[in-house]
Amino acid sequence: MSSETKQILTTDGIPLEVSLKKAERKNKIKAFLLVAPLLFFLIITYVFPIGDMLFRSVDDKMVTQMLPKTFKAMENWDGQELPEEEVFAAFHEDFIKLVEDKREGKLSTQLNYTKNGFKSIIKKLRRASKKFEEGNYKEQIMSVHKRWADVEYWRAIQRRAPEFTGQKYLKGMDMYVNEEGKIVSVEEDRRIHRVLWLRTLEIAFFVTVFCFLMAYPIAHLLATLPMKYSNLLMICVLLPFWTSLLVRTASWMILLQQQGIVNDFFVGIGLVADDNRPEMMYNKTGSYVAMTQILLPFMVLPLYSVMKTISPSLMRAGKSLGGTPFVAFWKVYFPLTIPGIGAGCLLVFILAIGYYITPALVGGASGTLISNQIAFHMKSTLDWSFASAMGLMLLSGVLVIYWLYNKIVGIDNIKLG
Amino acid sequence: MVSKKDFVKFDKVDKSYDGKVLVVKDLQLDIAEGEFITMLGPSGSGKTTCLMMLAGFETPTNGEIYLDGKAISSIPPHKRGIGMVFQNYALFPHMTVYENLAFPLRVRKIPKDEADKKIDKALSMVSLQGFAARMPGQLSGGQQQRVAVARSLVFDPQLVLMDEPLGALDKNLRESMQYEIKHIHESIGVTVVYVTHDQSEALTMSNRIAVFNDGKVQQLSSPDELYEKPVNSFVAEFIGENNTFGGEVSDISGGKCKVKLANAEIIANPISVKGKGERTTVSLRPERALINPSTKMDNLHKGKIEEVIYHGDHTRVRINLLGNPEFILKVPNSSSNLDIKLGNEINIGWNSDDARALDPK
Repeated sequence: MSSETKQILTTDGIPLEVSLKKAERKNKIKAFLLVAPLLFFLIITYVFPIGDMLFRSVDDKMVTQMLPKTFKAMENWDGQELPEEEVFAAFHEDFIKLVEDKREGKLSTQLNYTKNGFKSIIKKLRRASKKFEEGNYKEQIMSVHKRWADVEYWRAIQRRAPEFTGQKYLKGMDMYVNEEGKIVSVEEDRRIHRVLWLRTLEIAFFVTVFCFLMAYPIAHLLATLPMKYSNLLMICVLLPFWTSLLVRTASWMILLQQQGIVNDFFVGIGLVADDNRPEMMYNKTGSYVAMTQILLPFMVLPLYSVMKTISPSLMRAGKSLGGTPFVAFWKVYFPLTIPGIGAGCLLVFILAIGYYITPALVGGASGTLISNQIAFHMKSTLDWSFASAMGLMLLSGVLVIYWLYNKIVGIDNIKLG
Repeated sequence: MVSKKDFVKFDKVDKSYDGKVLVVKDLQLDIAEGEFITMLGPSGSGKTTCLMMLAGFETPTNGEIYLDGKAISSIPPHKRGIGMVFQNYALFPHMTVYENLAFPLRVRKIPKDEADKKIDKALSMVSLQGFAARMPGQLSGGQQQRVAVARSLVFDPQLVLMDEPLGALDKNLRESMQYEIKHIHESIGVTVVYVTHDQSEALTMSNRIAVFNDGKVQQLSSPDELYEKPVNSFVAEFIGENNTFGGEVSDISGGKCKVKLANAEIIANPISVKGKGERTTVSLRPERALINPSTKMDNLHKGKIEEVIYHGDHTRVRINLLGNPEFILKVPNSSSNLDIKLGNEINIGWNSDDARALDPK
């Protein structure tokens, strides 16, 4: 209490806190200036693109901006019966403007996403609208095509009124909003994304498991061998890092293909018949093998760094107290490596879930992941908002895993090096 | 108590790590039941290796170790039932104190209520009641050490090994822990093999001390004998402080010998010299030499005070005596102080019995 009421002064009579702040300000500024370039770099290359991606995935302003008056007039429409004359008039006004700007084609594409059948009736409307007389637009528009007199189509237009939409996210999960405004799944034979999500999780999970099973003994060996051998082994572990990812993937293609080295070897030792060589590539097996090898160091290094700190006398203590080597390992050594296991698994899983180039090259049709689908929409269909939506779904998936990990193991328990 | 003379027996044990150098050479050592024996020696002398062979973490290259009459070289460490306290405590950092102590009991499948009793007993033995729920990281170094001791005793082993257990503690704590371990040993009568490089620790705690050097036991005897009657110059040098004179035996008769130094002759007690003309190192404890002795002593020489160092309870005086400029005297800090001043010439005397003529350095 006394510290609140009585201020401590320096010998010069300045309050101690003020003096301290003054003394540290210079250091703080210096520290900030040192970090500033990186901060700036991160904002430009990371925060801004992700923000843009988030925005793009929900952005649906295009139609909103093309039919501003229509949507304003529709505000009072309940959507049960055909809209009133004022909606038709507003739509006509918006439409004439679009025709003048030659943007009605875009409108038809956008509306066609929402409901099939808009393309032809908008084309017809464009032709007919040149001969429209003033007034009573409802009658005139409805007479262009019978679909214009169908309330369903007007509801479809109304659905495009909001500036933001989550429909890309629904599409990413093979769902959509149907005509009644309900969220439903697409027909079974058209569901492609759910399969990909599940496969991505499955491959990432098993790659993590394989990496763990292989990395644990390696890391243990690395941590316990004498320096001169462990250095050599460490180089072997790190060697893949110094080789291009593409080169490594390509070498797996050479190894795994049907006329490849591994198959030749199997045939050579009589394991398989020459005319019955197993397919180890362009399927899941290819993705598993190549990704496990490529991601292995990310598991080895955190495990190694944790194991290095575990004193060998702990295992000895376990044994001298009567634990069999297995008990000593399981009760003493293994629990102490959990921070490394957590870090390694999290790292490998997160990397695997977004892996792109390797599954694209060796995965074939059954071994591609969601990231390949994202790339496909970025490059081929140019549906960037859909790609962004899936990217964000992936990102939030990773965040969920991170959150779960934090709940179960605790993120401060993690040890990367 | 019927105690076996050779409860632990090292029989002609050799140990080499690389096939070139022997770390332990032809070790012959018997440890009686209930004994507190210390392996003392400089680092690299092979004492820890011996301990590790006994614990089962190293195997003898040659020879055999017997525990209670059984050869144990082929028994894995976890079946030997030997308690061990490690240099850096080796407490399991992810377990509470209770779980640490319960570990050896659980692997022995001791029922929980019985185990709890044993844990309570062990914790009270090291006066750490109420600490059962703490993690080792929340304890101080001394407390961790006590937990380690308690853990090594909780499963009632017949033999406990301690590998420099107090090395990481500060001086005061180390001393109080020394007494504590000694008392525990006395109260439960367990056999303790203790490894240290700290001679004062060895002297205060042990029944017997084995001084190791160069892979060999140089002397195995009780602390007082080790200090008073070192059998060779390494032991004399290693244990306690020591003044030495290098010289040649000029005469030997009737349990006494004359040793000719560069420019004088002293009378000494022949320990490892046999005949005339042998080179020898005469060793004399600083507290055995007196300034201006009132009783008659058969060695009496003049020396010049080179340095006076005040130590509180005593004063150390460095004297240039008989060509040895490093001759140290300990003068107790009593009121009847002598005239010790830098540069003074004083008479120093000692009995020839205390001057032990050992092997030459």
